[in-house]
Amino acid sequence: MSVLELSYMPGCTLKTKAKNFETTTLKLLELLDVKAEELPDWYCCGTTYSLASDNVMNHLGPIRTLVKAKESGRGELLVLCSMCYNTLRRAQELVRGDEEKRNKINEFMYDEETDFAGDEVRVVHLLTLLKESIGFEALKQKLVRDPGDLKVAAYYGCMLLRPREIAVDPVAEHPSILEDLFAACGVESVYFPFRTECCGSYQTVNEKQLVISRTEAITESAVKNGADLIVTSCPLCYYNLDAYQPKVAKATPGFRTIPVMYISQILALLAGLEEIQDFSLHVVDPRPVLRAKGLIGADAAPLAAGAGA
Amino acid sequence: MMKIQLSRQALLSELREQVKDLSEQNLLACYQCGKCSAGCPSIEAMDVMPSQIIRWVQLGQIEKALKSKTIWLCAACQTCKVRCPRGVDLARIMEALRQLVLRENVNYVHPNTISKEDLEELPQIALVANFRKFTP
Repeated sequence: MSVLELSYMPGCTLKTKAKNFETTTLKLLELLDVKAEELPDWYCCGTTYSLASDNVMNHLGPIRTLVKAKESGRGELLVLCSMCYNTLRRAQELVRGDEEKRNKINEFMYDEETDFAGDEVRVVHLLTLLKESIGFEALKQKLVRDPGDLKVAAYYGCMLLRPREIAVDPVAEHPSILEDLFAACGVESVYFPFRTECCGSYQTVNEKQLVISRTEAITESAVKNGADLIVTSCPLCYYNLDAYQPKVAKATPGFRTIPVMYISQILALLAGLEEIQDFSLHVVDPRPVLRAKGLIGADAAPLAAGAGA
Repeated sequence: MMKIQLSRQALLSELREQVKDLSEQNLLACYQCGKCSAGCPSIEAMDVMPSQIIRWVQLGQIEKALKSKTIWLCAACQTCKVRCPRGVDLARIMEALRQLVLRENVNYVHPNTISKEDLEELPQIALVANFRKFTP
């Protein structure tokens, strides 16, 4: 199989709180013959896209990163974090569609050797890479473990889907890319109505009660619909949904916690990459569920011969 | 029911013009169907519904909107924007209103009041996003 090469921008949180997301993804991509080359100097994406018409300054970070990606000569830039994906894609759309702002932004590119027109680089999220460049079928060939009756709640959040011009799924209001991915891997996804609802995002800093309430609604819905795990690709959703559950449990008798994991953690487990998993970053420990489903531990269930082919 | 004093000055006010310019939205496009309020995930914590905010803006009642808690609870999740049958991006109007406050050099969230535990515990994306939205 030929090696697919692309640039990679991790963003801030994948180097700290979401290190488990990065480690498992990179190892998985290696297994899939994808070479993700981290850009030597990427910039903070700003995390949330600025909506005020005259605020061009806040778009410089993502555009500088896109210029670096363009200068690398590789046509595609891989991002894993949903927030990076959102800001980079929207800044790119802005530059592509608005000549006045494009010229203004390019005037600020003092250290960059080339201008940016908006369409030189394709920003790809991990999900799009798996679907379009690798293919769910090819991914399936690399899996060695039997997920058994594991049920996941595929949580999209906001940043992969809105606005719809940048959505990773053509049907932004009723997406299926995550469920399709898991179905191809033999994992059942449960439908739960909160899968595309906001987790409260950055309100986690100063409106904790709001985020506690969002966490309760989202996780409770996932549990009620029979999920064993919530799966996401956004480090902020992950943090809010994971870290706030003990707070919800304290205030709500009978509340059942549910572990939250990154997409790549599950895929890496199915591919047999157990030793690279770091469960220390989880608040709600996923190991009891994973052990019960035979995905970790000495008696982890191998895929029946021929089942992966 | 809150009484609103309508006036020509309010409708033509500079503040209303600024909201229009900063948000780049056709304020009059909204016909008050309430879809934005119906789908807003943060509405339970709001003092005024999102659809009421745009109504106030239409009527030039900008000061009222600026005093509401609602504009600070919007997390720009874009649910209202993608569902609006009139194509209004209400998240941009919320941002414009926040900007009118922040540009008076007001911190809605003071970075130096964040507790040490939070600074250690919260992921960077939470802090960066929060300061982007809530500081000048």
